[in-house]
Amino acid sequence: MFFRTVWLVLRKDLTVEVRSREIAYTTLFFAVSCVLVFAFALVKEGRPIEDGAAGILWIAIAFAGTLALGRTFERERQAETLRALLLAPADRPAIYVGKLLGIVGLLLAAALGLVPLVALLFQAPLLDHPFWLASIVTTGTLGFSAVGTLFAAMLVRARTRDVLLPVLLYPITVPVIIAGVRATAALLEPELDLAIVRFWCALLICFDVVFVTLALWTFEPLMTD
Amino acid sequence: MPKWFTPAAILCGLMFAVSPLLIANAPYESTMGLVQKIFYFHLPSAMTFLISGVICGIASLRFLFGGDPRHDRTAWAAAELTVLFGLLTLITGPLWARKAWGVWWQWDVRLTSSLMGWMVSVAYLLVRKYGGPGSDKLAAGLALFGMANVPFVYISVNYWRTIHPATSVVPTLPASMGLPLWWCLAAFLLFFTLMLRLRARLEEQRARLDDLYLSLDE
Amino acid sequence: MSVDFDHLAVEDVSRQFGRRRALSHISFRAASGEILGLLGPNGAGKSTMMAVIATLLRPSSGRVQYGAHDGVKAGAALRAAIGVLGHDLFLYPELTAHENLEFFAGLHGARDARAAADSALASAGLADRAHDAVGSFSRGMRQRVALERALIHRPRLVLLDEPFTGLDDHSTGALVARLDGLRSQGTIVILATHDLDIADGLLDQVVFLRAGRVIESMTRPEALRSTYRAVMARPAG
Repeated sequence: MFFRTVWLVLRKDLTVEVRSREIAYTTLFFAVSCVLVFAFALVKEGRPIEDGAAGILWIAIAFAGTLALGRTFERERQAETLRALLLAPADRPAIYVGKLLGIVGLLLAAALGLVPLVALLFQAPLLDHPFWLASIVTTGTLGFSAVGTLFAAMLVRARTRDVLLPVLLYPITVPVIIAGVRATAALLEPELDLAIVRFWCALLICFDVVFVTLALWTFEPLMTD
Repeated sequence: MPKWFTPAAILCGLMFAVSPLLIANAPYESTMGLVQKIFYFHLPSAMTFLISGVICGIASLRFLFGGDPRHDRTAWAAAELTVLFGLLTLITGPLWARKAWGVWWQWDVRLTSSLMGWMVSVAYLLVRKYGGPGSDKLAAGLALFGMANVPFVYISVNYWRTIHPATSVVPTLPASMGLPLWWCLAAFLLFFTLMLRLRARLEEQRARLDDLYLSLDE
Repeated sequence: MSVDFDHLAVEDVSRQFGRRRALSHISFRAASGEILGLLGPNGAGKSTMMAVIATLLRPSSGRVQYGAHDGVKAGAALRAAIGVLGHDLFLYPELTAHENLEFFAGLHGARDARAAADSALASAGLADRAHDAVGSFSRGMRQRVALERALIHRPRLVLLDEPFTGLDDHSTGALVARLDGLRSQGTIVILATHDLDIADGLLDQVVFLRAGRVIESMTRPEALRSTYRAVMARPAG
């Protein structure tokens, strides 16, 4: 029953998204705009600064992620469908997981477009280690979204949700951003030091486990009024 | 107000009044000179900041799973004090750092994690102020995640580089420096306890006032 | 997993938001096979009462009993026995009527969600528009889908908040007939409405609310509109 609910919520979100494509397009466009803004700010005399690519990639993911989280839950708010989800006899943590997977999927799709762009614009060999890059981006996005989905769901009731989401989200997700940036930067070194990459990946996985567990545990009490 | 409050408040005032004398009489540290004296306020405010944050997190957890508004009030009071003592720490720290390291700020593990912890407590207050109905639960969730976040911030920044002196130097201090330090720490903790009680009491009375308004409505 | 009950008892329920008391010592009972109307002006607390009965909102004091089950403790099993049609329609405008119904049927644990959605669409009279997006529907059609969504798991208790808003005469007639059908199946129906002319003769029990309190309740009232005027004209307190 738990996995059936997860699947239903996930499939519903994907169907809605495939039909409107609104979040995918706007998120990707926004992420690309972020990258361009940083390019204008940081490229000097035609040359990007060192180590810039990793940071810019993660800032773009974090900003675009905030946008996607806000829109996803705005959709659930419009016809009060989030209330309908909470009224259903389904497991509430399962609803959380369904929403979480939908957002992770969206952000990974956006990252698929973002990574080549950053690699191209900042002349960074991001694609040299596809397996490690994929692991870092996936675990980082999962950690960021795990916190974001919980807070965005809680904020549906608040009038000031648009400003409060980033206010809550960024201080909490700092370790994810640090770990993501450091791991990606380590991949860009001419001599790949796998020990460093492994350390940051392990930290990201720990973060994911702790925060998903915590969110599953607190979703029910946080959503009842 | 509990009976101990007034005597404790007087004691706290006296301790703060005496503290400059003790600090002035402590010996000069050889390399840092006068600036080292900031330490007598920096470390106690940092300790209080940490304790206050932990109290906020634990009270939030108990509120979330117990539903008792008393814990919520404690968490709120502790969050405000976390912001206050965090600010003191973050102001006194750079003053000292300027002299010791030659820069105002270092992306050192303690500095960064203190700053992040302080940001979470400010976010807590923002949520309480602007979150509207249901912001008590929201803030409690934030405090809980903020507390769980501390080790991650610590580990991730620590992996960069650390230059902040370890806390292990504290017990090795000579008595002439140790006495004013412990004195100030006690004064800060007493001040914190008083403020926590006072602030929680303010919320208690607000809640009672709300109840009175409601009963007027009967 | 579902719980069943043959009556709903609201016992001395109050709910406050800060200093504002939205509900004050509300008590009433509704038995299986009854339609109970919550009537009152805007801001009387009808929607808050509905949210409390739907278990979305906890009462500050008092309790709601669903037969032998307590509202706060019963959780998911109780939610399976309640169907809610809210102010907002609880439908995804991007999805088709069929997809909406199938999704919620699945979420309520229906074994064959597709068949449940088919039969729900048939009773809404919208079988021919099953595969059109709900966003393209008229208000009345959406309302009909929303009603079927609320009833898709055959709940014991049905809560309807202003179900007649935006309906034409034909749809209103269909809805009244549907409510009659629910009554004869032994469902408990709680209806909050402003449309006194439609509700006249339909309601088995009426609870008049004003400023969060019950000012009158009666069984099978005659001439609902004039009764309503007379009750509401009474001085407060």
